[in-house]
Amino acid sequence: MSSFMTIGTLEPKNKGAKPIMQTAQNLEAAPTAAPSEAPTGTTAPVPSPTILSRPASASVENGRKPRTESQMNITAKVETRDLNLFYGPKQALKSINAQVAANAITALIGPSGCGKSTFLRCLNRMNDLIDNVKIKGDVTLDGENIYARGVDVVALRQRVGMVFQKPNPFPMSIFDNIAYGPRLQGIKHKQELRDLVEKCLHQAALWDEVKDDLKKSALALSGGQQQRLCIARALATKPEVLLMDEPASALDPISTLKIEELMRELKQQYTIVIVTHNMQQAARVSDRTGFFLLGELIEMDQSSQIFTDPCDKRTEDYITGRFG
Amino acid sequence: MEQTAPLTIAPQSALRSQNRLRQTRRRLANAGMWIGASLATIIALVPLLMILYYVTAQGLPALNADFFTKLPKPVGETGGGMAHAIVGSFILIGLASLIGLPLGVLGGIYLAEFGNNRFGWTVRFAADVLNGIPSIVIGIFVYAVAVRPVHHFSAMSGGLALGIMMIPTIMRTTEELVRLVPMSLREAALALGATRWRAVLKIVLGAAKGGVITGILLAIARIAGETAPLLFTAFGNRFFSVKLNEPMSSLPREIYTFAISPYEDWHQKAWGGSLVLVLIILVLSLVARYFTRGRYKAVR
Ligand SMILES: Nc1ncnc2c1ncn2[C@@H]1O[C@H](COP(=O)(O)OP(=O)(O)OP(=O)(O)O)[C@@H](O)[C@H]1O
Ligand SMILES: [Mg+2]
Repeated sequence: MSSFMTIGTLEPKNKGAKPIMQTAQNLEAAPTAAPSEAPTGTTAPVPSPTILSRPASASVENGRKPRTESQMNITAKVETRDLNLFYGPKQALKSINAQVAANAITALIGPSGCGKSTFLRCLNRMNDLIDNVKIKGDVTLDGENIYARGVDVVALRQRVGMVFQKPNPFPMSIFDNIAYGPRLQGIKHKQELRDLVEKCLHQAALWDEVKDDLKKSALALSGGQQQRLCIARALATKPEVLLMDEPASALDPISTLKIEELMRELKQQYTIVIVTHNMQQAARVSDRTGFFLLGELIEMDQSSQIFTDPCDKRTEDYITGRFG
Repeated sequence: MEQTAPLTIAPQSALRSQNRLRQTRRRLANAGMWIGASLATIIALVPLLMILYYVTAQGLPALNADFFTKLPKPVGETGGGMAHAIVGSFILIGLASLIGLPLGVLGGIYLAEFGNNRFGWTVRFAADVLNGIPSIVIGIFVYAVAVRPVHHFSAMSGGLALGIMMIPTIMRTTEELVRLVPMSLREAALALGATRWRAVLKIVLGAAKGGVITGILLAIARIAGETAPLLFTAFGNRFFSVKLNEPMSSLPREIYTFAISPYEDWHQKAWGGSLVLVLIILVLSLVARYFTRGRYKAVR
């Protein structure tokens, strides 16, 4: 509990309110007033619409807390309430209530066709493109309903990036592929773009393989390289949430490990949701895991819990391979 | 041994003889098809080659520096050239492209991306009908709306007639090729925060670029030789003119005038003009070929 308290009081300072307070103080010509001053910090209203306070990530990381407590303390970056999705007459998602923890990796598992990709695509409104899709229920990002009227879908998708199940590089050079998102955001400066591209390629463990031919067509890369390129491309837009649909299914074990390493690194700043068919991978990298079956979210909890002592018999059957 | 030998050989030989029969039949059919297809190809090529040969043989002697730089001499004199018609043709093609290219390409994109509704169906149908309307009818139509009201022929009206002819061709090829671009590319762009139109213009059109350019060049090649729609629009001009609101000459039109004249020298010029026209179309087709080359690679 004591750790909760300390982290809890730290919370407001970590939030975006800080610079605003600083400028206010600057205006009052009090430059020595420390930016991390406690009283102002506590009086500032908590800006984030967290469900409860922040300690969740700490407890998620050490994972030793009793279950109920850990579940209650999630800071939900993305949350769905009673989410139903229909492809024409066919219901693909049935009343999904899920919470995606901030600064954590959430894995989605489940048999093929159970709706994992569909669920993922709801989180950045990618399903809008498909004719005949009907969505009921709420999806919130930082407490804001993304399906509300007047939501800027373009801004939403810049905040919630996506790596698709099949690699889909643009038919242009490697460089232009990665620079596409930043350029959309108005970054034109050559050196800035170059640095960004290099950084993202490093992160996606692709730099060493392509550093000498960034001008080469992205289509000339192998399937696994293309997938890593798509990861780099998604990173370049600096999203807050990164949705990854089986990002490692076409990768060799070494690149897979590199991508997993990357995810662990990224979760300091990003919220990551990953779909995977690989139980070991889910257990290895994820903090939380959700199990889907026939369009339903059977359960969602800390990965340590799901993989050692799941609540539902069906989850256990699936994980142990006794399924169907 | 004695018993097993015939048992194993008998079915084998039976199989073999049956095989041989079938094989011969198959080979014959194969050879027949091959010969037939080759013959058809050759027969189809004969007129093309003969046209090329004839036009070259007759037209080449007429081509010299004067042909490209001088105006026709008055009746009865030899020499002179078709500079006004060559320049006129290029201007008319340019004017037509100004109209047909943006309308055709944007319309095609619209049909492919947003045209899955009644309106799209109507536009598609209208384009197909427009494509089938004889060019002389388009000429008369433009005469009625753009020549009669201002009481004089003009290059602009000629460009308009040719441009109208380009729209359906470009629109339909663009639509086909944009449809070929996989959905996953659009999704990739949108997921990175592109608007629908930006995704379409940069990514989708970029992927379909080669094919779209081919369609455009073929449409240009097609209108380059059109005479009928120019008869009552751009009309023709014996003199050099680059003014858009005055009559303008063009290669097809000049070929017609020269060919029906009674003078041997003018006939020569008509062949020369034909050769230039064929060369223009040939070059356009070759360039189109060049762009189609990378098409499948680009679209994947
Ligand atoms: N565009 C679509 N139109 C109609 N039905 C669809 C569409 N996309 C998915 N479905 C259906 O929705 C269900 C869920 O599909 P989804 O792609 O979400 O499964 P998934 O869990 O990602 O499977 P996999 O592990 O094989 O990728 C499936 O039954 C599928 O047939
Ligand atoms: Mg899927």
